[in-house]
Amino acid sequence: MKYFSVEYISIFAGFILLLIGLWGIISQKNILKIIISFSIIDTSIHLILVSIGYIKNRTAPIIDGPVTRADAAQQVTDPIPQALVLTAIVIGVGITALMLSYALKLYEKNKSLEIDKYKSLKW
Amino acid sequence: MIRNSILLLIIAGLAFIFYHELSAYHGNESLNESANYYATEGLTEVGAANLVTSVVVTYRGLDTLGEVTILFLTAAILGLMFKTGHGQEETKKRITSELLITATNILLPVIFLVGIYIFINGHLTPGGGFQGGAVLASAVVLMLLSISGRKIKHAVLDFIEAISGIAFVLLGVLGIFLAGGFLDNSIFSLGTFGELFSAGAIPVIYIFIGLKVGAELSNIILVLNQTQNVEK
Repeated sequence: MKYFSVEYISIFAGFILLLIGLWGIISQKNILKIIISFSIIDTSIHLILVSIGYIKNRTAPIIDGPVTRADAAQQVTDPIPQALVLTAIVIGVGITALMLSYALKLYEKNKSLEIDKYKSLKW
Repeated sequence: MIRNSILLLIIAGLAFIFYHELSAYHGNESLNESANYYATEGLTEVGAANLVTSVVVTYRGLDTLGEVTILFLTAAILGLMFKTGHGQEETKKRITSELLITATNILLPVIFLVGIYIFINGHLTPGGGFQGGAVLASAVVLMLLSISGRKIKHAVLDFIEAISGIAFVLLGVLGIFLAGGFLDNSIFSLGTFGELFSAGAIPVIYIFIGLKVGAELSNIILVLNQTQNVEK
C-alpha cells in the first residue's frame, strides 16, 4: 500500500487541515474563530510543502555524522521547501499578529466580534 | 440552508480536487536539479553544513531580507495602530507570585543563552536566526509575565532592530564589491567546513537576523501587552 507511507499520510493530513480551515473561514461568525481558521490553513500548507520535499529513506539536509560531504546529494531530502516553510512560518506570525490587532480595533469600536455586525463592506 | 449546501458543495469540490492530486502524486526518487546543485556545488561554494541555511541566507538571501522587512512592517503597523504612550500611564497589575519571579530570575539568562546559541550555530545545526530570535522573544514574554513593575524600553528594542537591519543590508552590499553579488557570503574566508568560524558571512548575517527578529517579535508582544493594560 503506497498510501501508508510517511509522505502520503502527511500530505493527506495537510489536505484535511486545509479543508477544515476553509470550512472555518466560511462558516464561522466569530472573528477570532476565523483568525484561528487562517492559522490552521497556514499550518496545513507548511505540512504539504514539507512533505512534497520529502524523499524516501533520506535524512535532514545537514552535513554531519552519517551524511558525508561526498555523497550528500544521495542522502538528503530537498532543502528548498524547508527553507520556504521557514520563511512562511515567520510571515504567518506577522499576519496573525496583524489580524488579531485589527480584531482588537474592531472590538474597541463596536464592542462586538460577530462578523454579521459589520455591514459596511457588504454589497 | 442554501448557504450551508453551497458551503458543503465548495468543500466537497475541493476535496475531490485534492483526492485527484493525492492519487496522482508519487514520491520523489531523487533531488531535483537546483536542490542537487545546492547539495553538491553549494557545499564548496557556500561552505555551510546546514543546507537549509545556505539556501535561506545565501542563495535566496533576498527573500530573507524581504521577510525580515515584512516582520518590521508588522511591528511598525502595530505601533502605529496602538499608540501606547510608551508606558507612561499607570496600570493596575496583579502582584506576581514569588515562584514565578524566582524562576524567571534563574531562567532568563539561560533562555537568552539558548537563543544566542541557536542563531550562532545556524550554519551547523538545525536552527538559525528566526528560531533563535523567537526564543529571545519568549524570554521577553517571561519577563513581562513575571515582573509587573518592569518597563522594557521601546527605544532599546528599536535601536537593536535598526542597527541589525542596517548591518544586514550593509553586509549584502559589501558582497557586491568584494565577492560575486548581493548577499554573497564569501566576503570573509570560508574557513574549515563544519567549524564554528566557517561559511563566510553566514554566521554574522544570522546573528543580525536573530537580533532583529527577536527585537521585532518582542516589540509586537510589548505593544499588544501595553494595549491590553490600558483601561478603556
